[in-house]
Amino acid sequence: MALLSINDIHVYYGVIEAIKGISFEVNQGEIVTLIGANGAGKTTILHTITGLIPPKSGLIELEGVDLTKTPAHKIVSMGIAHVPEGRRVFQQLSVYDNLLLGAYTRRDKAGINNTLSKVYESFPRLKERRNQVAGTLSGGEQQMLAMGRALMSAPKIMLLDEPSMGLSPLLVAEIFDIIKKVNESGVTVLLVEQNAKMALEIASRAYVLETGRIVMSGDAKELSTNDQVKKAYLGG
Amino acid sequence: MSFLNYLISGLSLGSIYALIALGYTMVYGIAKMLNFAHGDIIMVGGFTVFTAISSFQFSPAISIITGIIVCTVLGVVIEKVAYKPLRNASSLSVLITAIGVSYLLQNLALLIFGSSSQNFSSVVTMKPWQINKQLVISGETIVTIIVTTAIMIALTLFVNKSKPGKAMLAVSEDKGAAQLMGINVNKTISVTFAIGSALAAVAGILLCSLYPQINAYTGQMPGIKAFIAAVLGGIGSIPGAMIGGILLGIIENLSKAYISTQLADAISFAVLIIVLIIKPTGILGKKITEKV
Repeated sequence: MALLSINDIHVYYGVIEAIKGISFEVNQGEIVTLIGANGAGKTTILHTITGLIPPKSGLIELEGVDLTKTPAHKIVSMGIAHVPEGRRVFQQLSVYDNLLLGAYTRRDKAGINNTLSKVYESFPRLKERRNQVAGTLSGGEQQMLAMGRALMSAPKIMLLDEPSMGLSPLLVAEIFDIIKKVNESGVTVLLVEQNAKMALEIASRAYVLETGRIVMSGDAKELSTNDQVKKAYLGG
Repeated sequence: MSFLNYLISGLSLGSIYALIALGYTMVYGIAKMLNFAHGDIIMVGGFTVFTAISSFQFSPAISIITGIIVCTVLGVVIEKVAYKPLRNASSLSVLITAIGVSYLLQNLALLIFGSSSQNFSSVVTMKPWQINKQLVISGETIVTIIVTTAIMIALTLFVNKSKPGKAMLAVSEDKGAAQLMGINVNKTISVTFAIGSALAAVAGILLCSLYPQINAYTGQMPGIKAFIAAVLGGIGSIPGAMIGGILLGIIENLSKAYISTQLADAISFAVLIIVLIIKPTGILGKKITEKV
């Protein structure tokens, strides 16, 4: 059984149909990526999974449990952590407070401290800057904080929305390295990216989105050699 | 009367404005709405204590607790019934609804208590403090300053140190991201209204003890003044509301003493206009860059 399965969801913004019946699944331990151009509906899908935008129809299941109608604030405690587009860290709060808010729904103090030291281990820079106000961090550091904050909930699956956005190539490589490590530590990853080249490199499987529909899917390595994908998303 | 005397009574009036302004600013920060019925909660608090003492012969302490509970419940109910259904409506609709709720509360008070002012017996039993021949500080003034200072310290600690407080800061900054952390936004808004209304109740009781009269419009002017204080300090900012309130109270009292009693309110409004021209976001207000 898939860890996360999306079955024929339709999402509307007013009268405009943004997602026109999409189905896909993510298995335990995988990195799956959704690639596609701007406006293809990648972010909308993630928002629908975490309940920020309700779908008009369709089914979203985590380990067979239906969470289509679950309100957004109850999703994280079910095991889905969402690193939103543009990081959206709490600018006025310290790095430490941001991380603790990531563990907002957890009650086990010892467990939280344990996760916190693991997050500090993966992101030493966050430890150095733990008392700094998040708004003063650089873009790359904010991305790390957003990911660290998501990991604080000890998720089964992490949804990542455009983690490379606005970062230098060097930082992008560093972030993708961390994503791989997070995955190796046992967290399943659903990655949404415009940087298709990087995404296909670390993913095991990929889905290609075009204006609200999945037009192609398969093994990430195979897709990266596919002529159509190359031409449309990998710059020839 | 000495300058120091005017300053101290200005400080106590200002700290009452600050208490009310905190309700305005917290609700604005969390729910992004101006709750113009907030001033009338003051009046409800005053009338509850008035009724508890004069009709039910409750002790002052029990009356105060009753007043705070009634206002807290009322604030939460108003939010649930009047504002929550409009969560996704335009801010103009919410504003008009808030003004409607304000009139509703005032007219209910008119219906129950009539239009003439009632004498409010102060809940403060402390004796005036005679420092020297010129300087006498009333018990109400002393109690007001002590109570408001304690509340402001407690509130600052609650918001910055406690888990629900940090959740409030998170919701005020980014509702969506807060939900992703597992924070229940509706619950946070309810808590904010509860705290704001409880503070308004305390403010109302202190205000009626300082100026021992009450009628259906008692909350109107202090409500507007506190709104000015919140904007002056930077709406959405908790320390801003405290500073704005205290400044406004002192300015108002000193204007009354040295310039003109009739012009005091005009001067308060003029100060607001000047500050907003120089710094449109208020004293501690942050520049907000809208993200697209």
